[in-house]
Amino acid sequence: MKIDWAALGSVFGVSLVVTVALVGLFTLGIVGLSKQEQARTAGGGTAAIPARVGAYACFALCAAAVAYGIYLIVV
Amino acid sequence: MEHITLLLGIVIVTALVFDFTNGFHDTANAMATTISTGALKPKTAVAMSAVLNLVGAFLSVEVAKTISGGIINEGGLKTEVIFAALVGAILWNLLTWLLGLPSSSSHALFGGLIGAAVMSMGWSSVNGGTVVTKVLLPAVAAPLVAGIAATLATRLTYKISSRTDEKATSKGYRAGQIASAGLVSLAHGTNDAQKTMGIITLALITGGVLNPGANPPMWVIVSAGLAIAMGTYLGGWRIIRTMGKGLTELAPPQGFAAQTSAATAILASSHIGFSLSTTQVCSGAVMGAGLGRKGGVVRWSTATRMFVAWGLTLPAAGLVGAGAELLTKQGTWGIATTAALLIGGSAVIWSLSRRQPVDHTNVTADEIGTTGTAEPAGVVTTAIAAVTPPPAGPVAASTATPSAPTTTTTGDVAPAPSVADSARPATV
Repeated sequence: MKIDWAALGSVFGVSLVVTVALVGLFTLGIVGLSKQEQARTAGGGTAAIPARVGAYACFALCAAAVAYGIYLIVV
Repeated sequence: MEHITLLLGIVIVTALVFDFTNGFHDTANAMATTISTGALKPKTAVAMSAVLNLVGAFLSVEVAKTISGGIINEGGLKTEVIFAALVGAILWNLLTWLLGLPSSSSHALFGGLIGAAVMSMGWSSVNGGTVVTKVLLPAVAAPLVAGIAATLATRLTYKISSRTDEKATSKGYRAGQIASAGLVSLAHGTNDAQKTMGIITLALITGGVLNPGANPPMWVIVSAGLAIAMGTYLGGWRIIRTMGKGLTELAPPQGFAAQTSAATAILASSHIGFSLSTTQVCSGAVMGAGLGRKGGVVRWSTATRMFVAWGLTLPAAGLVGAGAELLTKQGTWGIATTAALLIGGSAVIWSLSRRQPVDHTNVTADEIGTTGTAEPAGVVTTAIAAVTPPPAGPVAASTATPSAPTTTTTGDVAPAPSVADSARPATV
């Protein structure tokens, strides 16, 4: 009986890091979008743009992660 | 196909039934949190999961080459042994579904295989070390891996979003959750439908219909994909209720964190090669997300019942499988009897489930604590009395057997009243 501690360890590490990173990114995106909306309703024109761009960047990274996940399933 | 014998036909049908129970047993993995946080309506959720399971079945061409991944020695595996193993796995799946407990379908299959193989060829046919590394250790690791990741992710997301309006963000969380749940469904269809295709292909090879090393015929792929998708669409509402509401209460950020951690852990484990049970990963993620929120509570009595069910999966399915193999060894009448017992047992479990149906209309209802307390106890006790105790081998096989058609109808709509009942801990 040989327990593959290395594999178990990497599953643990990868799950932890990827989950926290993805959830963090996505939350930043959500927060960014809601900030942008607040700014718009408050009448601030230019302040909204960085928040919106940042949010979309976060979502794009998350979408890339999902695409990679699908790639892993297919291959 | 003209060489397909009656026994082979029975095995194929039974394998598809197992695939079907696997589908409705595991809908909860992908969709329980999605339903309980309101990201998707129950019917929409199971429909989406079913479609993705079906798609997943066609995605990968790499069909499982072994049924058990080395747990048992499959060299001299006879067709009837596969049949007996499936009987054990199906019955355990149905029983845990009746009790609303999420448990691993693959472990049930392993248990059935071990029991049947030992009865057929003796203890030497089982690789004890592989049982530890492939079943026992992952069962401990899976909830920890996914749970810790989900806890940290939940904390982080609450921290980041603490100064934003909850209403503005929950829509985003729900969208994210749907994406994660979709990935889990897709991965499930690929893995588990693949497993059934492997079983059928192996049976066809054993029966001499296919040459060794042959790829599964198209009809095998299509039927396995359809069986798992139909099972998923029926929705194992009892288990969905336990996972989505019974273990803990989930708000959208928690649901998102839990589902993302589950999807990540499942993909990481299957890619890195330390396979974890999808069910155990998802349960762990849900509990972790429950712990991650300030003031979040995990109902440990429900969780304990679930853990006990995990521990019993292998021995219980094994005993039923061994009993079934003892019967099928006797020849044609034995196989017929086993099939009859499977059908009868499934019918019994189904009728028990009708006493307190759980379906898409009440799956998110809050009455869990109350309903569960008084009456469900009765149901559970009866069920346990009927099914669990008899582990006396052959007898057990009889009690527990589900039939394909019965199961199908039964499966989805049944309720799991007691599942969430915190008043009745660890009876199982």
